[in-house]
Amino acid sequence: MIVFIARRLVISFFVLLAATFIIFVLTALSGDPLEDLRQDNSPNKANKIADRTERMELDVPIPVRYLGWLGRIVRGELGVNRDGQDVAPLLGHALSATLQLVLAATVLAVVVGIVVGIVSALRQYSGFDYSVTFAAFVCFSLPIFWIAVMLKQYMAIEFNNWLKDPGIPPTVIGVLTLLGGLIFGALTVGDRKRRLLAFLVGAAISGALFTLLSVTRWFADPGFGLPLVLAISLAAAVGFTVLSAGLRQRGPLYAALAAALIGVVASQVLAPVLVDPTWLEIIGLALVTVAVCVGLGYGLGGFQRRQAITTSVLTGLFTGAVIFLDHMLQAFAAYSKVVRGRPISTIGARTPNFAGDFWQLNLDSAGHLLLPSMALILVSLATYTRYSRASMLEVMNQDYVRTARAKGLPERTVVVKHAFRNGLIPVTTLMAFDFAGVIGGAVVTENVFGWQGMGNLFIKGLREVDPAPVMAFFIVTGTAIVVFNMIADILYAYLDPRIRLS
Amino acid sequence: MTLNAQATEPGTPSDSQGMAIVARTQGQMVRRRFFRHRAALAGMIIFGFVIVLAFSSIGFAGIPGWWDKTYLDTGPLTNQGRPTLSLIPEFLGGTGIHLGEHPFGQDDIGIDYFALTMRGAQQSIIIAFVVGIVATLTGAVVGALAGYFRGRLEAVLMRLTDVMITIPVLVIAAVVGRMMGDSGALVLGVFLGLVTWPTLGRLVRGEFLSLREKEFVEAARAIGTRPSRIIFRHILPNTVGVIIVSATLGIASAVLLESALSFLGLGIQAPDTSLGQLISRYRSAMVVRPWLFWWPGMFIIMIALSINFIGDGLRDAFDPRQTRVRA
Repeated sequence: MIVFIARRLVISFFVLLAATFIIFVLTALSGDPLEDLRQDNSPNKANKIADRTERMELDVPIPVRYLGWLGRIVRGELGVNRDGQDVAPLLGHALSATLQLVLAATVLAVVVGIVVGIVSALRQYSGFDYSVTFAAFVCFSLPIFWIAVMLKQYMAIEFNNWLKDPGIPPTVIGVLTLLGGLIFGALTVGDRKRRLLAFLVGAAISGALFTLLSVTRWFADPGFGLPLVLAISLAAAVGFTVLSAGLRQRGPLYAALAAALIGVVASQVLAPVLVDPTWLEIIGLALVTVAVCVGLGYGLGGFQRRQAITTSVLTGLFTGAVIFLDHMLQAFAAYSKVVRGRPISTIGARTPNFAGDFWQLNLDSAGHLLLPSMALILVSLATYTRYSRASMLEVMNQDYVRTARAKGLPERTVVVKHAFRNGLIPVTTLMAFDFAGVIGGAVVTENVFGWQGMGNLFIKGLREVDPAPVMAFFIVTGTAIVVFNMIADILYAYLDPRIRLS
Repeated sequence: MTLNAQATEPGTPSDSQGMAIVARTQGQMVRRRFFRHRAALAGMIIFGFVIVLAFSSIGFAGIPGWWDKTYLDTGPLTNQGRPTLSLIPEFLGGTGIHLGEHPFGQDDIGIDYFALTMRGAQQSIIIAFVVGIVATLTGAVVGALAGYFRGRLEAVLMRLTDVMITIPVLVIAAVVGRMMGDSGALVLGVFLGLVTWPTLGRLVRGEFLSLREKEFVEAARAIGTRPSRIIFRHILPNTVGVIIVSATLGIASAVLLESALSFLGLGIQAPDTSLGQLISRYRSAMVVRPWLFWWPGMFIIMIALSINFIGDGLRDAFDPRQTRVRA
């Protein structure tokens, strides 16, 4: 293993080195770095040209310039850009902005993609499966910039306008009702009568929900309130237990229910802390939650101690997330007033000069992150859905799954324990590739939404025929690709013992 | 699914033995399965329609088409450049089905938007074919050489592939686009093809690595067949499925890549036009003149989606067992 990693590192180093040379030369040759100055009419034109020529070493041949750049990199300097600014701090800002965007997008894409993919694999050839497949193909074929501009128009500008008086028109409620019914119906297996029943139930639920939301003008001042938080948490407790341990043994169920209850009670006791917390306090609370839940699972788990611990930790964290979301939503009305009723933003990473408490600041970055993330995850989402569907289908046809069924295990155990875990192996490696790819792929999205991120650094550098920022961009993305590819290989070998690294 | 359908298919009546098996060549089987794939068939029809429409309407390379306006000539701006295309018949309260003077409307300076969009579609189609040919040839040759000869040649070629894969496609394509953008779609396509081949190269190499150990290759080698003949006559035909499928999906992403480059201003340059460039130019006009934004977008999606569906159909046709989906 260590020999493998060492060899890969050495090879990767030389591969990266060669790649930097190619990019450097191509960038330097891609245009005339003095173009804007040649059209300059100011009296000190000659001075400016001489200045820039000296700063960018335009009077030395390109390979020599590359060696100079390499020498500075070895000493840990990224050099200066065309205007003499140090590239390192520029890169730092850009990287943090892009990471924010990419992390949010990737996490969302992974979770949603895997869930949708697995459900559509378990319901192969159902209406749901076909719709998901078609939607994935459409996502692969969508130009990201086109969809980004559309999102800006419909999800930001018109949505903000709508928020002024957030009633849902009856026709829209009708469509949403129909849609809810169709989703329920498509997810149900069984004869026509059962599917029809599922359709009616789904339609009734979504119709009632959206009518209620419209009548109470929920979107103007959203929030769950204590009873709803409690209900959601308890439902989640039951849901997680069904998934992980089943309801036959009571231990895990009691542990999960206790975790949910304690979480909700704690949120009321800790209300003063939650008025304006810091991220450190939130993380601390999360750690305390995990510790308490492990204790609960250990104490109440009985025979199924391990499952009980997993279930209660999941429930505890989920309850925490619901409470967090509830606080954010309750801060919405106040935040909306501050930004003059335009909470969904289309430009940049934060509202300039915005000051508010913890929740409002988070809402502010969420409002800025929402649209670029949506544009960014469309393709990743489709990829994860297709991959997890395919790999789940493959696993479900394996002999060991048949064996598990044959010895009478409940379908839940077969799917969650035997199929799901093995089906995730190829997806894990995809995650590594995808994350590296998305950092580079955010270029277009950043351009549309005006993020001062990595993509912006790169495009600006390229337009100005300025190798320093372009190379800074490439060092980060190239290293990320190399490192993540290696992580993917190692992970794969670790998760699937049949694969040997050599 | 396709296999079952074939197994239940009755044999030809002339089959005196009553056997339900009809001998088919690989090509016939692939064709049958492909034409059973409804989405792929629809994709093929739409793609064909777009090609015919784009090239016949405004003509190409000096040959005039049936549409009387060009993508360069300005005209008087009528009715604020609104589209005159009408698809609602008169008895439904519309104005009847007709194209009108400017079916897709006009742009800022009165250029017919239909002609502009058609020109953009032409560019995308050219890019699709050129990238497809160049990337497939390069990838297949590199993969074949590396996989067949192994040794030092493989090491060199695979390190080259590694270098190309390390560079994000958009990055090198942007640099190439910045250098080559003003020399037209053909040149841009060639260079995009030269940077997008590595995925295919790796796949082909993998196939070659396993095929070169097979008995029929061994036999060919034993009777003294030249390596070039083994590669091109014995092994390559067996990898054709992988190559075609990967090429099709690569083409779809190349179309999107070119439009993204042109959107960023790094692809095809004015006065020539492309779909990405049109969207970039009129992205702020979306509210007041949405047609300037919608038409080019619809055509990009139509082209990319139909190619993707064709690729999916080909994948099922070449390997119906394969459930693993490469995205």
